[in-house]
Amino acid sequence: MKLCYGALLPTAGHVRLFDRDVRTLTRDDVALLRRRVGVVHQDCQFLDHLPVSENIALPLHVSGRSAEAQGEDLGDLMHWVGLTERAAALPPELSGGERQRAALARAVIMSPDVVLADEPTGNVDWDMSQRLLRLLIELNRMGKTVLVATHDLSLIRATKAHVQARVLRIANRRIQLAGADL
Amino acid sequence: MKQLRAIIQRLIHSDAQADRVVPPSGFTAQLTLFAAGAMAFLAVFALAMSLAAGRLATQWAEELARSATIRIAAPAEQQQAQTDAALRILETTKGVAQARALSNEEQAALLAPWFGAELQLDALPVPRLIEVIETSEGMDAAGLRLRLAAEVPGAVLDDHSRWREPLVKAASRLRMLGWASILLIAAVTAAMVTLAANAALAANAQVVAVLRLVGATDDYIAHAFIRRFTLRALIGAAAGMVLGMIAVLFMPRGGDETASFLTGLGFQGAHWLMPLLIPPLAAAVAFAATRLAARRTLEGLS
Repeated sequence: MKLCYGALLPTAGHVRLFDRDVRTLTRDDVALLRRRVGVVHQDCQFLDHLPVSENIALPLHVSGRSAEAQGEDLGDLMHWVGLTERAAALPPELSGGERQRAALARAVIMSPDVVLADEPTGNVDWDMSQRLLRLLIELNRMGKTVLVATHDLSLIRATKAHVQARVLRIANRRIQLAGADL
Repeated sequence: MKQLRAIIQRLIHSDAQADRVVPPSGFTAQLTLFAAGAMAFLAVFALAMSLAAGRLATQWAEELARSATIRIAAPAEQQQAQTDAALRILETTKGVAQARALSNEEQAALLAPWFGAELQLDALPVPRLIEVIETSEGMDAAGLRLRLAAEVPGAVLDDHSRWREPLVKAASRLRMLGWASILLIAAVTAAMVTLAANAALAANAQVVAVLRLVGATDDYIAHAFIRRFTLRALIGAAAGMVLGMIAVLFMPRGGDETASFLTGLGFQGAHWLMPLLIPPLAAAVAFAATRLAARRTLEGLS
């Protein structure tokens, strides 16, 4: 996953992001590229001294866009992930599920081309994992490419029940097309 | 120049959100303020010392360069004749503004510290002294020596160069030491700010990681730290400078010539404006030090 947003460079082979070889990217190129890729981690990190709403709007600010101008969109987004009531809370006050939803909102606020979710349901209960899954499926239906890394086979099965998802399995350090055996 | 103006504008114009991405940190803020304040305080004294030493060097060089002494060491019966001959030569010497033989009373006063006020000059083989004041163009000391050697065998010209040079050299060296101290103070300030900035960057590693993850450029992240440390250094240095100037202002004045170096340790005239350069310079040092520290740290991150 880290190869997909420039956090790691390949030691062998080639990785191309948006038609550019990652080895040729400067640090600023990587930063600009990350504005086109939303990332959700299992242990998503926030700026703990800022309220949730400001954390979600952070990508807008660092890219020079006015968070105020996008206030309505931010409100809609917070409503979409069910965090409207928690907008003023600080990240340490959130539950695991709320943190994951806040991370998802932050990942999509820039309307990225791709959303990467690395074990997004790793720290949440079943109900919350289903809720997150529905949000990811909605994103996919909105035309976004969603790449989810997970060990949770039930999550994969549930996803395939809703969308035409390609499943790739990494085994023995190689990517294999899995598909029907799941 | 345009780039400098852009940097200053960016430092001055507050971006509330950019300022908030880095949490207000504890000890690094106080460390920077204190270090900048203390260093500015010391810089004011180093500057005062350097300027005072410079003034002294110039003053000594000018005053001593304009005067010379001729010593007439001749048998008692020839002393007056040789003195008169020396004065005649001096009258026709180019570059001599004034020349006069010291009176017995003046010579006795010069010797009083060693022999007491009751000294009778007649009882001692004391040479006659002639004080020579030069014009601003100065005289040809070597030429005068030759003429005196030919016409006044007992005359010895002392143009003060033997003991003037070490004094002027010492004052010049002191001035250089003052400037070297200011450079050292700037270097220590840079080191302290670098330490504080590195500590702040390390303490905010998670903040930096989050900002990188959401697409912040190194410039954006570095600026959040740079602005903070630059302003702290500016404020701390301004406080230190004001305290330093107050301390210099209340230094004792006056005293005799012997104490003039210590009592003259201060600023004069337009030199009072020079310490005003210390806060902006401290801010510039902090800017460069934080920028370097931030760049180095950020380049090590993914």
